[in-house]
Amino acid sequence: MKDRITEARPHITRNEGLIFERSSPGKTGAELPPLDVPEISPEEIFGGEYFRQDLEGFPEVSEFEVIQHYTRLSTWNYGIDTGLYPLGSCTMKYNPRVNEFVARLEGLATEHPYTPETLAQGCLRILAETARCLIAITGMDAVSLQPAAGAQGELTGLLMIRAYLNDHGGARKYILIPDSAHGTNPASVTIAGYEVRNLKSNSRGCIDLAALEEEMTPEVAGLMLTNPNTLGIFEEQIREISSLVHARGGLVYMDGANMNALIGVAKPADFGIDVMHLNLHKTFSTPHGGGGPGSGPVAVRKSLEPYLPLPTVEPLAAGGYRLNYDRPKSIGRVRAFFGNFGMAVRALAYILAYGAAGLRQVTEDAVLNANYVRQKLKEAYDLPYDAPAMHECVFSDRRQASHSVRTGDIAKRLIDYGFHPYTVSFPLIVAGAMMIEPTETASKAELDAFIEAMLAIAEEVRTDPEVVRTAPHTARLTRLDEATAARRPVLRWRPATPQLRTQL
Amino acid sequence: MYPEELLYTKDHEWIRVDGTTGAIGITDHAQKELGDIVFVELPQIGAHLTVKESLGTVESVKAVADIYSPVTGEVTAINPKLQNSPELLNSDPHGEGWLIQVALRDRSETESLMSAEEYEAYLKKGSAH
Repeated sequence: MKDRITEARPHITRNEGLIFERSSPGKTGAELPPLDVPEISPEEIFGGEYFRQDLEGFPEVSEFEVIQHYTRLSTWNYGIDTGLYPLGSCTMKYNPRVNEFVARLEGLATEHPYTPETLAQGCLRILAETARCLIAITGMDAVSLQPAAGAQGELTGLLMIRAYLNDHGGARKYILIPDSAHGTNPASVTIAGYEVRNLKSNSRGCIDLAALEEEMTPEVAGLMLTNPNTLGIFEEQIREISSLVHARGGLVYMDGANMNALIGVAKPADFGIDVMHLNLHKTFSTPHGGGGPGSGPVAVRKSLEPYLPLPTVEPLAAGGYRLNYDRPKSIGRVRAFFGNFGMAVRALAYILAYGAAGLRQVTEDAVLNANYVRQKLKEAYDLPYDAPAMHECVFSDRRQASHSVRTGDIAKRLIDYGFHPYTVSFPLIVAGAMMIEPTETASKAELDAFIEAMLAIAEEVRTDPEVVRTAPHTARLTRLDEATAARRPVLRWRPATPQLRTQL
Repeated sequence: MYPEELLYTKDHEWIRVDGTTGAIGITDHAQKELGDIVFVELPQIGAHLTVKESLGTVESVKAVADIYSPVTGEVTAINPKLQNSPELLNSDPHGEGWLIQVALRDRSETESLMSAEEYEAYLKKGSAH
């Protein structure tokens, strides 16, 4: 019986082609009624040079074929809605459905950004309320919801630092960044017109006060750090760090990518942060990547408020809200209209659905889950830094490397066990890094299954390393030749020749 | 292992000095750490290089890394084979996989670079990588 099945031609679900290859001349997805108005020639209206005679290779398919094609492709995916997703909030945590329900309410989903202020009071209130909640969470004094992503939030914050320092004796030249930082930090610093100075971490994975003391010269505009840092370790000397930067006339920027470890427990303003961004699409559960645009609100201290991007939403004395464009010290617009409004709606729904006590519980559960994984795996995998984990834990492949198995191999073997891989080879200061962030939504049963898989792989590395080195074995596609795929990519957007089809 | 006629940097580049010109590449250690190299971005002929500043990037399946110039000078040639065969950096990093040639501004800059023996000791000592 088994033999007969393997002889059969595999169904298309196992070997999906391009939509172009489903094409059949003359087929359409929609049938339009006959024209009941005079026909207009687009060629005449737009001019011949802008008018295309045909769309070469444009797929001609039925609606049903389109639905099937994309539904099948979606089943190839593994996401947070499928199972444990160890990339964590850093990539995307669970998007509660109440967020989507609220965002789809007609008055919110269909509101146009050019609606007059008097008729858009509800939307303005949502912006103001979201900012108010983020102020309460961070302890800062003012928030702009304009930036469309974390990295744009970084740039916005750095431009505000530059503008502030310009008004207070000069912009200065350098920004200090710890070597454990996210890659976007140095990129944002460079675009803001500063030069990056690298700050080496100490043996505990934290900022070295002595090194900071030495580097924090009068030419340094400030320090850009992530807390907890990318190793998932809280900077215990953060107060001393920010005091030192302030004493030398600099400002402290915090990358809020790891706020999932702090909400409801610690406010960045309390430990000396001057400017920070939040990622609504990480910490506040809005969709991310292909699922939806990002949002990187910036929170600042009072002294930096005049420099916030335009416009700001301000309450009126008589009640209601208005948009204020008359702010002479503002760094200007960073994004069309009011930022990605739909993300503010979802984040506010998330914040209000949990409430203050619920958000604290989110943080506690996220930290507990990360520490549970860390504790259960530390006998099998090397912990490069022996500090308690916050919302994520970082192992290294040092022990497995002696069997010629690296972090990327272990990650691919996890696919065979039915899990999405963890974050591979980041942060860069850990050789062979394996970063695991389960987030608050992982159940104990799911965590235990993941831990079991990781322990089983560690055992395989000792007894049968080849099975790990050549994984995945059960996936739709087995291990790709990444080097050849990158060196000699086969890119196509037209139907393949029958010959190529059989090779694929 | 490491050719004696080359001089080495702490960032794992090498330079082969010949009179007032030099050929620059990345070391065997660097290519091993990076893994399979898939793309190389190099400066144009005539570009000015500053010592210890980035002259281009190498991209592997694992990472993108800056290449830092061991010297100050002007680019006189780039390795034409790398565009289509970046794997030369893996297979022959000290030979066929050379990146660029430069006209040196100040030969004394090479005095602070390491010899093959010093570089091997530096690797043994366990550099950052």
